[in-house]
Amino acid sequence: MSTINKHILNPNKWVELHADYLYNYTISRINNQDTAKDIVQDTFFAALKAMDNFQGKASERTWLISILKRKIIDHYRKINSIKGRAEVKMNFYSDGDREGEWIEERVPSSWNSEIEKVIENNELSDALDKCINALPEKYGIVFRMKTMQQFETEEICKELDITSSNLWVIIHRARTQLRKCMEDSWFKN
Amino acid sequence: MKLTCDEATTICDKNQYNEATLWEKIKLSFHLFLCNKCGLYTRQNTTMSKCYEGHVKLRKVNKPCLSEKEKRHIEEEIKSRIEPSTSNIE
Repeated sequence: MSTINKHILNPNKWVELHADYLYNYTISRINNQDTAKDIVQDTFFAALKAMDNFQGKASERTWLISILKRKIIDHYRKINSIKGRAEVKMNFYSDGDREGEWIEERVPSSWNSEIEKVIENNELSDALDKCINALPEKYGIVFRMKTMQQFETEEICKELDITSSNLWVIIHRARTQLRKCMEDSWFKN
Repeated sequence: MKLTCDEATTICDKNQYNEATLWEKIKLSFHLFLCNKCGLYTRQNTTMSKCYEGHVKLRKVNKPCLSEKEKRHIEEEIKSRIEPSTSNIE
């Protein structure tokens, strides 16, 4: 019955000690400040309700993160189930004789001065941000986790509860859409 | 052995993260040998990966965080939700 080494919860200190960490954790997955703030807030509220279940085995932060992870999955499932909203633009025919072939107006065309335009600069980054933010949210989340945060495939699949082939289809659709978006807004100018 | 353009570019995208299997790479090379459109996609894809890399480096500098005002708001919400009986935490 020893209480030595048992972690305790102190909700009065949660914001001070953990809010920034949870917020960063969330924003690196869901790049929307308002949504991220809501998720962090909901996490604290859910944690308050679940305090009785805390056994003191994990640290306070680890326990809060486990609740946050569930909130993120819930969010991902929610946006995944909203049908017909901001669907990604198709780049290939999805049925008929030409299934899997490029749709004419989405075929890559050559870019002007490709090399000079690839430098680390703010305008390029802004153009990329615009294109990435125009992706349907569920594609944006997976794309950011894989490409920006450089998570392992397995980790993303576990966190979002998707299969790896599912992940690659999403990455593929995101990247083909981004290519086209950057072609129109950056490389062709 | 034969891939559609959709499948070929999916492997190409996977390959940008070095996660395509050997067999996938063989099938992709075979497709690229015959298909100019996907060849162009592949070249541009490498350029895009460089853009993303630069983007990551640039964006790592500014880490977003919650404002003090937002934090205080959450703090107050938490306080108001702590019931009197549980406010004295052991």
